[in-house]
Amino acid sequence: MTGDTTTLDGQIALWRGHLERRAGVDGPDVDELEDHLRGHIEALTASGLSEDEAFLVAVKRLGSQDAIAHEFAQENSKRLWKQLVLGADVPSRRADARAGGLAAVAFGVLGGLLVQVPRLWDADESFYAPNVSLLGFAALIAYLLWRRPQGRGFTVAVAGLFAAVAVVANLYPLGDQGDVLAITSLHVPILTWLVVCVAYAGHRWRSVDGRMDAVRFTGEWVIYMALLAAGGGALVAVTLAVSSAAGVDAETFVTGWLVPCGAAGAVVIAAWLVDSKQSVIENMAPVLARVFTPLFALTFVALLAVVVLSGEIATLDREVLLVCDAVLIIAVGLVLYSLTARPDDAVAGWFERTQLALVGGALVLDAIALVNIVGRLDDGWTINRTVVLAINVILLVNLAVTAWLLTRLLRGRPGAAHALERWQTALLPVYGAWALVAIVVLPPALGLV
Amino acid sequence: MDIPKDLVAASAAPLVLSILAEGDSYGYAIIKRVAELSEGELEWTDGLLYPLLHRLERQGLVESRWGASETGRRRKYYALTDGGRSAIAEHRAQWAAVSAALESAWERARMRIADAGPTGALA
Repeated sequence: MTGDTTTLDGQIALWRGHLERRAGVDGPDVDELEDHLRGHIEALTASGLSEDEAFLVAVKRLGSQDAIAHEFAQENSKRLWKQLVLGADVPSRRADARAGGLAAVAFGVLGGLLVQVPRLWDADESFYAPNVSLLGFAALIAYLLWRRPQGRGFTVAVAGLFAAVAVVANLYPLGDQGDVLAITSLHVPILTWLVVCVAYAGHRWRSVDGRMDAVRFTGEWVIYMALLAAGGGALVAVTLAVSSAAGVDAETFVTGWLVPCGAAGAVVIAAWLVDSKQSVIENMAPVLARVFTPLFALTFVALLAVVVLSGEIATLDREVLLVCDAVLIIAVGLVLYSLTARPDDAVAGWFERTQLALVGGALVLDAIALVNIVGRLDDGWTINRTVVLAINVILLVNLAVTAWLLTRLLRGRPGAAHALERWQTALLPVYGAWALVAIVVLPPALGLV
Repeated sequence: MDIPKDLVAASAAPLVLSILAEGDSYGYAIIKRVAELSEGELEWTDGLLYPLLHRLERQGLVESRWGASETGRRRKYYALTDGGRSAIAEHRAQWAAVSAALESAWERARMRIADAGPTGALA
C-alpha cells in the first residue's frame, strides 16, 4: 500500500484500498462511501475534533467492511456464489468438501447408474420417453440439495415434488398412443427442471432474485452441457473408430452404456462447474447474449421474409409452423438469458433496441403461427393442434408484455429492468401449470386415454 | 432506549423514501435527517444505507444521478420516483395497521401492565 498514512488522504486511500479488494463492491460504490466518509469527517472536524479522531469516528460509524461488503454483494450481484465466497471467510472443512469436484463426481456416477436401473425390468421406449428427465435429473437434484443444505423440511418437500412429477409422468398407460406419448415426453422435462430450479434456489424460490438465480443457473448449465457434449462426442467418435479398426463392434456398448451414462454424469458435473467456475461463465454470458441476440433478430427477418414470400400466410406447412414454434421458444430463452447477464446499472442502448427488434419479430411470427393453427382447427381439435395453440398463446402474451417492458427500459423508466425480471420469473410457474394441463388434463379431455 | 435491529431494518426503507419525498438528497444528508427525525433514537450503521438505496433504485422507487458537492467532490444524489411515492402510501397503511393493533392491545392491557409495577409501566 502506498500513500502517507499519517495524513487524512493517506488514511482514506488505505481504507479505500481495503474496501475495493472485496468481492461485490465496485468503484462507484466506494466513491459514494468515500463522499459520505469525507462529509462526516468535515462535520466532525468543524465541531472541534482532530482529523485523526474524526476519521476514526466516521469509519466506525460507517460499519465494518465485512458487513458493508456483504450487503453490497447481496444487492449488486444477487448471485448466490458471491455470498458463498463472502460467507467463506471462516472456511469449514465440511463446506469445502461440499464444494469439491470429488463429491460432484460421486453424484455424477450415481446419476450414470440411475439411468441404467430400468434395464433391470427390460423397460421399453414407452417407459424411457416420459421418464428420461426424471432418471437424468434425480442425481442433480440430490446433489444440489446436498451442496446447499436447506433443512430437512425443504429436502422432503423437494423429494415430494419429484415423486409427484414421477406419478404425473406415468399417470396413463400410453404404450399405443404415439401422439400423447410424445406430448407427455416433451412436457415432463419442464416439470422436472422446475424441481431442479427449486432445489437450486432453496428457500429463495419464491423471490424474484432467487428465481433469477435459478434461471441464470439454467443458462450457464446449458452452456457447460454443450461444452461437455462436444467433448463427449469426440470421445464417442474415437471409441467407435478405434474399436472398428480392431474389428470389435462397439455400437451396443456406446449407445447402451457410454452415451446415456456419460450424459447423466455430465448433468451433475455441469452443475458443479457452474458453481465452481462461476467467474469464467460470468464473463462469457454477456458476450454470448450479445452475439446471438442480433443473429437471431436477423434469422427472424429471414423467416418472416420466407413466410411472406411463400404467399401462403394462412396455410403454412406443418414443418414451417414447428420451426416457428422452436424459434419463438429460443427468442424467449434469449430474452431470459440476456436478463441474467445484464448488469443492474446498465444504460439501455443498442443491445436493448436489438432485443426489442427480436421480440417484435417474434410477435409477428407468433401472430402468423396463431392464424395458421386456428385455421387448422376447423378440421378438429387434435392433441397436437391444441398443444401448439396453447404454447403460442402463452408465448404471445409473454412476448407482448416483454415488448412493452423493453420499451419502458429503452425510455429509461426507473425500475423497468426489475419489472422485466419480475414478469419473466413470474411466468416460470405458468410454464409448469401448462405442462401439468398438457400431461394430465388434455389426454382425457380429448378422449385419448 | 435501544431499538432492536429488526425494527430499525423494517423502518429503514419507508423512512428513506419519506425523507426523499421532502426533496432530492444524498447519503450523508439522509443519515443526518434520520437522526434529526428520530431525535437520535434510531442508530443506523451508516454504510448499510447505500446498499438499501441501490435496492430501492433497482426496484424503481428512487432514481440516482452523479453530481458534485459544494466543495466539488463527486456525489450521488437520489430522487423519489412516482413508484416511490405510491410505495410510501403503502408503507403508511402497513405501519398504521401495525401501530393501531399495538395501541389497542396496550389499551386493553393497560391496567395489568400498570399493576406489574414501575418496571412494567409504559414509558
